[in-house]
Amino acid sequence: MENESFEPKIVAFVCNWCTYAGADLTGTSRIKYATNVRIIRFPCTGRIDYNLILKAFERGADGVIVSGCHPNDCHYTSGNFHARRRWIVFRGLLEYMGIDPRRIIFSWVSAAEGAKWADVVNRAVTEVRQLGPAKEFNEMRKSQAFEFRSV
Amino acid sequence: MSRIGVFVCHCGENIAATVDCEKVAKTCAKIPGVVYSVDYKYMCSDPGQNLIREAIKEKKLTGVVVAACSPRMHEPTFRRACAEAGLNPYLCEMANIREQCSWVHPKSKATTQKAIDIISTLVAKVKRNRALFPIQVPVTKTALVIGGGIAGIQAALDIANSGHKVVLVEREPSIGGHMAQLSETFPTLDCSQCILTPRMVEVAQHPNITLYSYSEVESLSGFIGNFTARIRKKAKSIDEKLCTGCGECMNACPIKKNPSEFNMGLGTRPAIYIPFPQAIPNKPVIDRERCTYFRTGKCRFCETKCPAQAIRFDQKDELIDIQVGAVVVATGFNVVGTSFFPEYGYGKYKDVITGLQFERLLSASGPTLGELKRPSDGSTPKKIAFIACAGSRDPAKGIEYCSKICCMYTAKHAMLYKHKVPDGDAYVFYMDIRAGGKGYDEFVRRAIEEDHVNYIRGRVSRIYERNGKLIVCGADTLLGAEPVEIEADMVVLATAGIANQGAEELAQSLHISYDHHQFFAEAHPKLRPVETNTAGIFLAGACQSPKDIPDSVSQASAAASKVSTLFSQKELTREPVVAVINRTAPPVYSTCVGCFMCQSACPFNAIEREEIRTRDGKLIKTVARVNPGLCQGCGTCVALCRSKSIDLQGFSNEQVYAEVTELFA
Repeated sequence: MENESFEPKIVAFVCNWCTYAGADLTGTSRIKYATNVRIIRFPCTGRIDYNLILKAFERGADGVIVSGCHPNDCHYTSGNFHARRRWIVFRGLLEYMGIDPRRIIFSWVSAAEGAKWADVVNRAVTEVRQLGPAKEFNEMRKSQAFEFRSV
Repeated sequence: MSRIGVFVCHCGENIAATVDCEKVAKTCAKIPGVVYSVDYKYMCSDPGQNLIREAIKEKKLTGVVVAACSPRMHEPTFRRACAEAGLNPYLCEMANIREQCSWVHPKSKATTQKAIDIISTLVAKVKRNRALFPIQVPVTKTALVIGGGIAGIQAALDIANSGHKVVLVEREPSIGGHMAQLSETFPTLDCSQCILTPRMVEVAQHPNITLYSYSEVESLSGFIGNFTARIRKKAKSIDEKLCTGCGECMNACPIKKNPSEFNMGLGTRPAIYIPFPQAIPNKPVIDRERCTYFRTGKCRFCETKCPAQAIRFDQKDELIDIQVGAVVVATGFNVVGTSFFPEYGYGKYKDVITGLQFERLLSASGPTLGELKRPSDGSTPKKIAFIACAGSRDPAKGIEYCSKICCMYTAKHAMLYKHKVPDGDAYVFYMDIRAGGKGYDEFVRRAIEEDHVNYIRGRVSRIYERNGKLIVCGADTLLGAEPVEIEADMVVLATAGIANQGAEELAQSLHISYDHHQFFAEAHPKLRPVETNTAGIFLAGACQSPKDIPDSVSQASAAASKVSTLFSQKELTREPVVAVINRTAPPVYSTCVGCFMCQSACPFNAIEREEIRTRDGKLIKTVARVNPGLCQGCGTCVALCRSKSIDLQGFSNEQVYAEVTELFA
């Protein structure tokens, strides 16, 4: 397949209390995973503005991981529920825009799930690699009558 | 113009083994805005920190990025170092190139590149950091202790003795908990009530302790130092001020055959009752589900007999709001019920009982006044079998953990049985004997060697009745798994300790985490064993995991000392990572349009309404305002705000967008 040598660029938006700590645990347990992911830390998945996901695609990301605490385990009680609810609405918007929703990987990784984090990353890399480079946003940009202003 | 310093740590070989730190430092020096970039073997060491302090002064840095381990590890260290050099600590960020880079990838160009990328996003962020200042909040120096068992009693007394007010809330009509039900305690065999009841009296008489018995905590809001607890004081149907505790009402009550909770169903009590003679408070309550008057509207016998005229049938539940600064949760445990052991016939055969029921049979204040009589016919059992690990360490039953206390109390039961019935035979079926603790193993050996209790290593598969005897079928695994059959008169199950009923609901209303067995979770299993993940809420006793009395008491004292430490401060300092609503010059005043979507999303009720008025009091507009004392900084409101009028300090829109943009620059 043509995509096999393609190294996707993936950004992970994670919460500080569960997934960021879980990713730290992956490190302390010395579990290896693909280098394609760059983690950006947020206090809570509830803080993640989904415009940021669009911004990431606009800037050239091929995939986005959003990961936080398991339901009921949110450090702030309900931030992850807000994130989940927003994701359901946002997914519809993405499909309407023509961005493949499979490019966004939503998962719960707790502070104790170091191995799961490695798994989430590796799976994301494999899946996004199969999807190929994310061209949708730029093609959409070309087809629009106006230019997106680059920040 | 920003002047950023980048400090790349080798962490010995931990980072340098897979990341080319020198190259990272050189590349980062070329990032616009970076005026100083250096690598060093151990950045967290004193010379390493000095390097940062000196650079801040010499190069007049306006921001610092330390590329090293996780910020969860050393962020406080480096922020302190920056503060010492005169730089606001919130202008320092950490790039995690160890846990999330060097440790998870092999040595390669890609790994080094990832480290550079991580640092450059943090440089982009730190350029937009603002100086922040910690928030000071006052502390209400009153503690709430939930649960009046031995753990709650100990915690309440310790806090009260250190000079602070305590509110103790107990669900049952009396404090004392499970310890009050025990006959004797291992490994010294001193009488449980003799050591517990003086403590209970002390609680009742302590000037710093307010006791709410027959009450439950309904909800808890607020944050460390400033909680508001709502307590439901269930209607006792008596006027506590008038009641003298004489007991005439209990004699008058015609409904006497109610199973006594205190005696684990082995004895009876009237519908108006005091759970046990030494109860604190020693005043009765009416069980409205059993009382004839509440069921049929007729009776009121107790009312006619009460010399103090203290009976109040029309009493209602009372809701009380109290302000507290810290909470100790000590709600205890329970044991698994009848449906759990169909193969042992618990609930079907009267003489198959639980350990707690056996305690009541042994107890001098129990239903048999300390004489060992079996529940079915009142005869003295001549042969008795104890089954340890009844339910515990049994994944098939869903309880894979060890209940910890059973080995010891089973040895105690067998020993006490032999003391009461010297010519009787005691058999103990066990998986392993776990007798770790001071004097514990000696105690078990005493049961075996001096009191001649027969220990059989093997599990019991079935118990059935034959000619009035209970046939206990097991195997002796130390004799080649030879089948063993014992014709017992009575069987005692060392049932698994489980989370108390209502534990899950309580955890949710307190916002503390719990495990899949509904035991409350500590913040760290080793280093923060009595704290919860919610600041200001502490754990004590068996609500965290099954525990014996010495462990519960030491944990309670530990929780109490944590509370006293908290109360020793005048004000608490909180991280300034909170949301703020923008304010701007007239005629706009704030871009907030007052939709208050944020208010409904905020888990902490931190968003208030603020009216902007002219000098002569005319209302211009109503906008949201964040109470910085309540805000915990989750940022849910920020993502939700339609006009982008709220921002989160430390994770502002400007900062996070810059990070994303920089990543793919």
